[in-house]
Amino acid sequence: MLQRLRENKSAQGTLLALPTTVWLFVLLIIPLILTLVVSFGKRSPDGNVIYSFTLDNYVRLFGYSTDCPEGQASCFDPLYVNILGRSLSLAFNTTFFVISLAYPLAYFIARAHPKQRNMYLFMVLIPLWTNFVIRVYAWMMLLRKEGAINIILGWIMNALNIPFTPLEMLYTPGAVLVGMIYEFLPFMILPIYTSLEKIDTSLYEAAADLGANSIKTFLRVTLPLSMPGVVAGTILVFIPVMGTFIVSDILGGRQVILVGNLIQRQFLDARDPTFGSAASLILMVLTLIVTYFYTRKFGFGEEIVVA
Amino acid sequence: MAAVDHVTMQIKNGEFFSMLGSSGCGKTTSLRMIAGFEWPTDGEVYIEGKAMGHTPPFQRKVNTVFQSYALFQHMTIFQNVAFGLEMEGAKEEEIKKRVGRALDMVQLTGMDRRKPKQLSGGQQQRVALARALVKTPDVLLLDEPLGALDLKLRKEMQLELKALQQQLGITFIYVTHDQEEALTMSDRIAVMSKGKVQQMGTPVEVYERPANKFVADFIGESNFLEGKIKSISKDEASVFIPGLNAELVGVPISEGLVKGEEVNVCIRPEKVRIADKHVVNQNMFHARVTNTVYIGADTHIYVDVNGAKLKVLEQNRISRLDPKSFYTVGQEVWLMLMPENTLVLKKD
Amino acid sequence: MNPFRRSPFVIAAAVLVYVFLYAPIVGLILYSFNASRANVTFEGFIPAYSENVVMDGSLVLSSPCGPFHWYCDLAKNDDVAEAAGNTLTIAFTATIIATVIGTMAALALQRYNFKMKPFSQLALYIPIVIPEIVMGIGVLTLFSQFFGWANTTFGLEGDARLSLGMATVTMSHIAFMVPFVTLVVQARLQGFDKSFEEAAMDLGANEWTTFRRVTLPMILPGIMSGALLAFTLSLDDFVITFFTNGPGSTTLPIYVYGLLRRIITPQVNALSTVWILVVFFAVLLLQILQNRDSKQHS
Repeated sequence: MLQRLRENKSAQGTLLALPTTVWLFVLLIIPLILTLVVSFGKRSPDGNVIYSFTLDNYVRLFGYSTDCPEGQASCFDPLYVNILGRSLSLAFNTTFFVISLAYPLAYFIARAHPKQRNMYLFMVLIPLWTNFVIRVYAWMMLLRKEGAINIILGWIMNALNIPFTPLEMLYTPGAVLVGMIYEFLPFMILPIYTSLEKIDTSLYEAAADLGANSIKTFLRVTLPLSMPGVVAGTILVFIPVMGTFIVSDILGGRQVILVGNLIQRQFLDARDPTFGSAASLILMVLTLIVTYFYTRKFGFGEEIVVA
Repeated sequence: MAAVDHVTMQIKNGEFFSMLGSSGCGKTTSLRMIAGFEWPTDGEVYIEGKAMGHTPPFQRKVNTVFQSYALFQHMTIFQNVAFGLEMEGAKEEEIKKRVGRALDMVQLTGMDRRKPKQLSGGQQQRVALARALVKTPDVLLLDEPLGALDLKLRKEMQLELKALQQQLGITFIYVTHDQEEALTMSDRIAVMSKGKVQQMGTPVEVYERPANKFVADFIGESNFLEGKIKSISKDEASVFIPGLNAELVGVPISEGLVKGEEVNVCIRPEKVRIADKHVVNQNMFHARVTNTVYIGADTHIYVDVNGAKLKVLEQNRISRLDPKSFYTVGQEVWLMLMPENTLVLKKD
Repeated sequence: MNPFRRSPFVIAAAVLVYVFLYAPIVGLILYSFNASRANVTFEGFIPAYSENVVMDGSLVLSSPCGPFHWYCDLAKNDDVAEAAGNTLTIAFTATIIATVIGTMAALALQRYNFKMKPFSQLALYIPIVIPEIVMGIGVLTLFSQFFGWANTTFGLEGDARLSLGMATVTMSHIAFMVPFVTLVVQARLQGFDKSFEEAAMDLGANEWTTFRRVTLPMILPGIMSGALLAFTLSLDDFVITFFTNGPGSTTLPIYVYGLLRRIITPQVNALSTVWILVVFFAVLLLQILQNRDSKQHS
């Protein structure tokens, strides 16, 4: 028996991979299939699922409505399409701002003295490891009408003798954007740092040697070579932003509804798992499409493991 | 501690100049200062008569071939070689022409669309060379550029580099720890150790007239015998060697040595003559063979002279298939140390 | 002199980003000492110690713990203690299982060819490329459908009824942690020189001994960092837990989230501060250990 296993490499591999594969099959693949099945179903009056095959949920998601004015049988209701669009544009904006903030810092750390790099990285890890929910709460306190930002703005305006009324920042799309940027910033810093740190210093020297000043060296050598980090970071930021509902829930109140909030409410408040499942699948397809085109253009980032 | 201390080197136009030394001797630091990657805290670097010590590398007409080649992996071979010309703002037409010529020169014609990773080590090395040379620098710096290549390829490249340098007439400054490489290619060599230049001279000078024990030991092999100057007449001396319990007569000495001074007498293994008979009276010593090592072209013979161990190198001019044709372990022999082949060095 | 200095622009940008990263945290900590129970504005530190808590409206005038009033309050909060206990239990259990099976999978994927390899590989990439909420509602649907079916089919009642709880949370955590463990360990295995194993076998060790005495110790740092990553993912997880928890399996993030939707006293800030401090010292310790490790190896 042992001897046979010893000779059969394929069986060894299968045995080693089996627990993980089964686990993921049961708790990942089956749930996804189930979501697909449920999304074609109907909601029973008590909030349960009646299995059937109907595209009603998808049709509704893309704007078909029977709840229309002036006796029309059906009309276009942009509510859900708007939510999808809002989520997408928020994810793009967040990614853009996160890259613009993360890159200089990653560059700064990668170019620091090797002995100091660990300390600077450590300072990035602390906020990252502080709990997600706690981080949103921290921004809630800052953005409030009575919060620190308004207080400091008040001091500045006072000093400049400009009349100041505290700004309403909490429960606005801007608050959600800032919260998202804050939540996911470290996920961009780490992979960019890793790819920058990998660049052999002799490449910078070679560029300088061949006549490139620091700006040209950056544009022609540093930036292209750090792209794998940017790609990895983008994947690590874009995908979760598309699905997160806490940030918008706490910092956006009822004002900013994203796909995540929509799905969550279908499962908990509205109790329509079939519609929630459909929305969830659309969300998944949307992220996969964007990720696919993005990685096809820039390659799949190797640095994804690092964070 | 400074990596380089009081190093003064004057390198002539069109010269193939090598800095030779083991790692940490300051040769690379010196090279990087010429390139502009490091700036001297004290002293100055002059290029073409101009003080350039604190000029950034991109403003120097000096280019480097890096030890690791430092090729840009995200660019093609063409883009790598064209990079420096683009930085000068050269026109597209001209870039194409010059890159093509540079690649021809290093025998990489037609490779321009490949990426560095698709080339062999030797080819990558040539790209690095083309990339630096295409800028027609006043000085080309080479930092152990052949270190990663295998022995045979390295020897080929040595000759090729030398030929290229002679053809272009550009000053080459070459850093290496390989003495044979330095001797093969250089017009002049600076032997460096502990951040200082130990000796500077032509290959013949550094080998035949090493300035001190370090150079004598670092370049080639040497037998060292401790001795004491017994008498001096003109530029010749008699040196008593306690190890041999005998005196070397008529040895040429350099200036600055005085009677009674402790010295190192140095003689290269290939310059020790070995014979089975006593021929002359002076400078001939009775010895016994302790070991022989046959290495093809030569045989190394280890001998014992009154307790002093010496190494002798004999060329195998005739076939050694017959063991009787050669010295055997235990055999009694006579060594002749020709005075003109010995060197008396001050004790460090 | 180094010609490659960082430009002042880069330094200024870095400082600003650090300020952005830390300003909320500093604010959070400051408000944990707030005298105001309403915690809307900062009303100063609690000024005095006294035997009992003295309050004026929502203002704490003095407390047995003085400025640390809310920390004492936190220590007395059984819900927090329970949530913390749950969080750690889930994180430890899930980490151990995920690390073991994830490492096995990494070995399989890195070194063997077998029929279901493409499938395993695909399954491992899915959690990375889909939003967490998709997975969350997926497992919720699975559990609720399965439990509903099992409870009616087998007529389970009362305590025997299957429902969401610690087990479902832990199982789901393992599912999203495994891919990260596998990726990290695989990266480590990629750089592993097989000649070490060949040397061990050459010297007479069988496969198992070779693995135990040579391979495992050499890839252990990789396994440890995979486990650590998995552990932090579990501690930090909100979304999956949100959909799979039930009565008695509330974790700290869920507990805090619940508070944020209701009343927020400075106790939440005290809890956050404690959390931040724990993380700070854990990361610090880890860095020190890592530094020592890398020094030993160089």
